[in-house]
Amino acid sequence: MLEEIVIAGFGGQGVLFTGQLLAYAGMTEGRNVTWIPSYGPEMRGGTAHCTVIISDEEIGSPLVKRPSAAIVLNPPSMAKYAALVRPGGTLVVDSALITERSGRSDIHEIDLPAKDIAADLGLARAANVVALGALIAATGVVQLETIVKILTSRFAARPEVLLANKRALRMGAEYVIKIVA
Amino acid sequence: MSKELWKGNEAIAEAAVRAGLQAYFGYPITPQTELLEYLSRRMPDLGRVFVQAESEVAAINMVYGAACTGVRVMTSSSSPGMSLMQEGLSYIAGSEVPCVLVDMMRGGPGLGNIAPGQADYFQLVKGGGHGDYHSIVLAPASVQEAVTLTYTAFDLAEKHRAIVIIAADGNIGQMMEPVIMPPMREIVTGDGGWQLTGARGREHRVIASIGLEPEQLEAINFRLQARYAAIQASEVRYAELDTDDADILIVAFGSAARIAHSAIREARARGIRVGLLRPITLWPFPSARIAELTKRISRVLVVEMNAGQMVEDVRLAVGSQASVDFFGRLGGFVPMPDEILGQIAAIAARSPAAAPAGAGDLTGFQKPIRSWQA
Amino acid sequence: MLPLTEFSSNGHTSPDLLSGLTVAYERPRALRPVVTHYCPGCTHGVIHRLVAEVIDELGIREQTVGVASVGCSVFAYNYFDCDFAEAAHGRAPAMATGIKRVLPDHVVFTYQGDGDLASIGMAEIVHAATRGEKITVVFVNNGVYGMTGGQMAPTTVPGMKTTSSQLGRDVTKMGYPVRVSEMLSTLDGAAYIVRRSVHDPAHINRTKKALRTAFQAQLAGLGFSMVEILSACPVNWDLTPQAALQYIKDTMMPYFPLGDYKVVEAVKGLT
Repeated sequence: MLEEIVIAGFGGQGVLFTGQLLAYAGMTEGRNVTWIPSYGPEMRGGTAHCTVIISDEEIGSPLVKRPSAAIVLNPPSMAKYAALVRPGGTLVVDSALITERSGRSDIHEIDLPAKDIAADLGLARAANVVALGALIAATGVVQLETIVKILTSRFAARPEVLLANKRALRMGAEYVIKIVA
Repeated sequence: MSKELWKGNEAIAEAAVRAGLQAYFGYPITPQTELLEYLSRRMPDLGRVFVQAESEVAAINMVYGAACTGVRVMTSSSSPGMSLMQEGLSYIAGSEVPCVLVDMMRGGPGLGNIAPGQADYFQLVKGGGHGDYHSIVLAPASVQEAVTLTYTAFDLAEKHRAIVIIAADGNIGQMMEPVIMPPMREIVTGDGGWQLTGARGREHRVIASIGLEPEQLEAINFRLQARYAAIQASEVRYAELDTDDADILIVAFGSAARIAHSAIREARARGIRVGLLRPITLWPFPSARIAELTKRISRVLVVEMNAGQMVEDVRLAVGSQASVDFFGRLGGFVPMPDEILGQIAAIAARSPAAAPAGAGDLTGFQKPIRSWQA
Repeated sequence: MLPLTEFSSNGHTSPDLLSGLTVAYERPRALRPVVTHYCPGCTHGVIHRLVAEVIDELGIREQTVGVASVGCSVFAYNYFDCDFAEAAHGRAPAMATGIKRVLPDHVVFTYQGDGDLASIGMAEIVHAATRGEKITVVFVNNGVYGMTGGQMAPTTVPGMKTTSSQLGRDVTKMGYPVRVSEMLSTLDGAAYIVRRSVHDPAHINRTKKALRTAFQAQLAGLGFSMVEILSACPVNWDLTPQAALQYIKDTMMPYFPLGDYKVVEAVKGLT
């Protein structure tokens, strides 16, 4: 398998962290992974993105022109990546923040109000985790259980944060499963 | 030993700590700053020396001072900062004291930008500072390799009483990859007869790079050249991929090499037999191996993130045995695999041997953005 | 380099003639028995001797590492009998920082001229001082670039003719001299900053006392210490040795007043 995933949004939306979660999960499942962020001035409050590659083979370029999947969490990222996702790929859109749609019929576009779902759980900052749940459900790039394991060790000292994140992940995944069903 | 996900800059810092780094002197500059930040906490925690210097000029001279005592010492920077360190490097080379540097190369010249680049090749490999000297230059292509090379860099520096430079780029510094960290080494202290430790019960020692009389300075230079000859004889490192049956040989280092790797996979899927030689030591350069390979492989493509620097060394090694093409992106652009594939296709099209029937429609890949012909 | 002729120092008189006599004056242990390259009338030699005497008296020769600079004192490593490193121009305080940080129990000093310290090495000296590096700086100020043949230095007094200010230093075009001791004394990391002179025996004695205090301050771990010493350069000043000493008194001292610019309380307690 080979998944090349871009996660993009504003700084502070947990874009880089989401990518790291995904990369950790891929590594935990025994695959080759790379995670590479946009860096420099872009880190200071502007848009941020990272690229995660998960592959059975050795990874060459850590950067991709056309990702196989993308999570976009703000309108500028939507404008940039909606057109770049490869045909047959997956685009996860936080429809609570982005009103546009890709208009493409050759990709799987998943529009879910990630920010609203997260807010309902009392952890508005977990919109990134909701979107990650949706991406995983749609692509099967890693197991949801692997993400839960990583979250559990990361938030071991903050049980309430862990619980909200686990629920955010599940809500994102269930949203996709409901569409498919 | 389990795999952990490490960011390049922090992984190099930790690898240096585990190699027995006793003192670090540095100055902030993107894209290497995480290395400095990481050590600002890690070194004091271990009771080791960390100083944020007032400039790269001061940092390299602090390294020089500490190196004179024989401790394992390092600094790190990125291209503009490396320029400022060249004076100190020349003195360190002339004084024959060991130290390790990390250059997370970025786009130049001038202030340039903070995107990844490889345009420091000439500066790092050809000396950079004044006088006849060389540094051992190691070019990792992954975070794991950066860790391994950093871990051994200190041994190399001590063995040859030379400067060792880890020449990486912003990609390697910023990227996270799985890493198996080497074990923590004991700090070994010993006296090699040159370290400045106080003239207790022995003659005083002097470390200097001066030799006013030409006879004296020539003798020093002959000694340095003998050192460099020994390094060239014993420390050449490179990696090869699919060179056995290759009709086209790509030579690339660091980030450019792993992107070339992606392009080679794609080219082979289309029936074009391409191989890769990746110099791990940029100095000493794997000239002999390139000469050997190009006895059989008649087409060479050099890919760099600069306007063509290493390609000069490749041409020297190849001589008239093969054609040498060059493809580079400048200004902090990282070439994409399809751009390199376009170059491969163009070379294959020129060479009947390398363009098998049924290689497919390659026209879509024949749009190089920038290339310089030999 | 000038030949370093070996003296049979202190041993050139037959032993029987010495019986019953006591040694009144001899070469300090911390100075090597070699001839220096300094010009006639230059006071570097005096300052070398003072530093060496202090090193002997404090019993620190075997734990001392010196850092020589670029300028007339470039060969200091040949004259002091302790471990020595030779720095790039202006960088001695950075190099000394590197040495002291990894050898905190050793005594580290730099020996720098005014071109080295106050021009090309200004950033390094200021930051070594403000970091409170526990090093001692012997700053020899003779107001001129000696080694390169008498060019204008950052400490050349207004009106002084040098080879690169042949009409005299015009402050409207060439700026003013830097008063380093005054400037560094404003920094919290500095424990002991004084200016002295070696133009007569009384001032030489005061200079030695200051050097002793500066090294003691380092040994006590109190912070950065520096002794600025007004020094004669008769060759480049185009004066006789005696007139050069008078020049220090009449021309340099009014611009660079002698005095204690920074002496922290803990240093005052040192004896």
